[in-house]
Amino acid sequence: MAAVQETVERVRSVDVDQYKYGFTTDIESEKAPKGLNEDIIRFISAKKNEPEWMLEWRLDAYKRWLTMTEPTWARVNYPQVDFQDLYYYAAPKQKEGPKSIDDIDPEILKTYEKLGIPLRERDILLGIQSKDEEQAKAVEENIDAVGYTGTKVAVDAVFDSVSVATTFKEELGKAGVIFCSISEAMREHPDLVRQYLGSVVPVTDNFYATLNSAVFSDGSFVYIPKGVRCPMELSTYFRINEKNTGQFERTLIIADEGSYVSYLEGCTAPQRDENQLHAAVVELVAMKDAEIKYSTVQNWYPGDAEGKGGIYNFVTKRGDCRGENSKISWTQVETGSAVTWKYPSCILRGDNSRGEFYSIAISNGYQQVDSGTKMIHLGKNTTSRIISKGIAAGRSDNTYRGQVSAHKKAAGARNFTCCDSLLIGNKCGAHTVPYIESKNASAVFEHEATTSKISDDQLFYCMQRGLSEEEAVALIVNGFVRDVLQQLPMEFAVEAQKLISVSLEGSVG
Amino acid sequence: MLEIKDLHARIGDREILKGFSLTINPGEVHAIMGPNGAGKSTLSSVLAGKEDYEVTGGSVTFLGKDLLAMDAAERACSGIFLAFQYPVEIPGVSNMTFLRTALNSVRKYRGLEELSTPDFLRLMKEKAAKLGMSQDMLRRGVNVGFSGGEKKRNDILQMSVLEPSFCILDETDSGLDIDALRIVSEGVNSLRSPERSMLVITHYQRLLDYIVPDVIHVMHQGKIVRTGGKELALELESTGYAAYGQDAA
Repeated sequence: MAAVQETVERVRSVDVDQYKYGFTTDIESEKAPKGLNEDIIRFISAKKNEPEWMLEWRLDAYKRWLTMTEPTWARVNYPQVDFQDLYYYAAPKQKEGPKSIDDIDPEILKTYEKLGIPLRERDILLGIQSKDEEQAKAVEENIDAVGYTGTKVAVDAVFDSVSVATTFKEELGKAGVIFCSISEAMREHPDLVRQYLGSVVPVTDNFYATLNSAVFSDGSFVYIPKGVRCPMELSTYFRINEKNTGQFERTLIIADEGSYVSYLEGCTAPQRDENQLHAAVVELVAMKDAEIKYSTVQNWYPGDAEGKGGIYNFVTKRGDCRGENSKISWTQVETGSAVTWKYPSCILRGDNSRGEFYSIAISNGYQQVDSGTKMIHLGKNTTSRIISKGIAAGRSDNTYRGQVSAHKKAAGARNFTCCDSLLIGNKCGAHTVPYIESKNASAVFEHEATTSKISDDQLFYCMQRGLSEEEAVALIVNGFVRDVLQQLPMEFAVEAQKLISVSLEGSVG
Repeated sequence: MLEIKDLHARIGDREILKGFSLTINPGEVHAIMGPNGAGKSTLSSVLAGKEDYEVTGGSVTFLGKDLLAMDAAERACSGIFLAFQYPVEIPGVSNMTFLRTALNSVRKYRGLEELSTPDFLRLMKEKAAKLGMSQDMLRRGVNVGFSGGEKKRNDILQMSVLEPSFCILDETDSGLDIDALRIVSEGVNSLRSPERSMLVITHYQRLLDYIVPDVIHVMHQGKIVRTGGKELALELESTGYAAYGQDAA
């Protein structure tokens, strides 16, 4: 209840420019020369002190990428990206790698502070992360509702091409959990990386994934050992700061037998007139009886009111339910980016494994979203559930694209899909493109889809009861996305709810 | 309380209200009857501020203020309440959340503090009990899966919580069976007070057996053509609206 009220307050406080993370951090950074060739890849690999096999892996990917072409099947339109006009590596300049948080450039610390991301463990323990009083209050008021008790969140902060800090490493280490940047993992845990990297998203999976394999610079690495329930939420916060820079993050999460982890990523970027490229690859591996819950709050700069600027978000995310009874759950709140091309998927390999996909995708202004999921049923009695809520406003286009398939050995596979679209105004579009394929007669797939419009009657009804037009839209949209928001960890649900209203600012009239 | 003078309004290029005038004093309950197409529902929409209608002439003064200068939300906050002929559904938004948001908006406008959660829950419990509404109905989405009678009852619940000074009931009896009609009418009657006025719009005399008005007006072709006491309803019930001519020009 309070959250709705708060949503509304937040909408009111927003000025003409609703993107509040659009500031730039003024720091010196070290960049690789512009463009892409083998030397650049050697440069990146050398910067990271990578083992030789890693460099070979990258060069191999690069050679394959040269033979590939950009996919055009998505319902998005954007000018051709000039891949030679980008910087593939940018890192804040610093002396040796920072030993402790106090060695980090104060400008960067300030940036994260402004973004509300705590990098000092002490601050988190003291509860300073909730400096935003409203938010603290909202969380507090919701505690009863969900029995929310958690306070600690470990953070890996990635700034342009490098990870600048990872918190709570020691405490996690005591539980045997490895949480670090992928560059560090390559040096400290090479066997694990080598075993799993590219095992879910093969090098040649698709154009962007192959590019990422060649040039990825940083991202997070998580390993949860057998039988361990990760003692806190893990999160990675991605920030693109430099101009003309592509961000190629790579995340790898492995949950060994019987373990559990909940992970969240957040993303923002400064407001710039030119488009920027973000091409990430995320791989999840869940072994027998393991569970991974992966949540994303994506708020890249969406471009201005005329559609100028904004991030191109071309992301490959895939989870492999490798063992029996394993479970992978994707939850995403997508509000940013000029163009989104993203299909977090699950390969249900283990018998009785389960995949879930909960999505809220909001587009406003000139944003284009083509997003959805793939549920590939390979094992027996595998189940999956897809709940997608698309909200289109302004002149945006919002497409749900999903694939559900059952292999001939996937006896007893079950899927339930529900795609709802909500239109605000009459200049936007919503589309649903489901692909359903079953090669096993005992598989049961259900698909439901609805498209609705915030009707003038609903708005009038709310206003006749005293709500302003903004309050009315916020309330109706909150109702529409409710069952997905409930999937997010509490503290992020509150944040996401605010974000939704802000994204829809100015969508009416 | 409410003074409507020579009101003209149209939708598209069709003029529907053609010089409608009416004065309602505090505490009075007026009924408007009339055949289909007389402009009754247009009148309620225009008073509540629905944007589809264009007011082309005349004035409406509510509690000394120019009503037509306000948007729908402002009108609601200053005390106008419309019980809808067809209340809409808002999926995913619980009745409680909706009412709390509405109540807080209205209270804010009136310079009152927001109600605390326990106080609000207490208020809801009390008001819902009077209308025989279960706690379950309060938790469900606004009007989602409600029967016709439940939707109307829900509107009356909102009315009793928001405490407006002027209520418009737009064909509240449509779609109600006798039992539901009785419950809804009792709810409305319990809200009658010397400070609160009401405008009851209906086709049939039936509703007026339960909600007895002080004055009855007959509306035809966009204006009032006859005014009388409550006995007028009985007369209309036997003679119909034929006397006022269905030969709309």
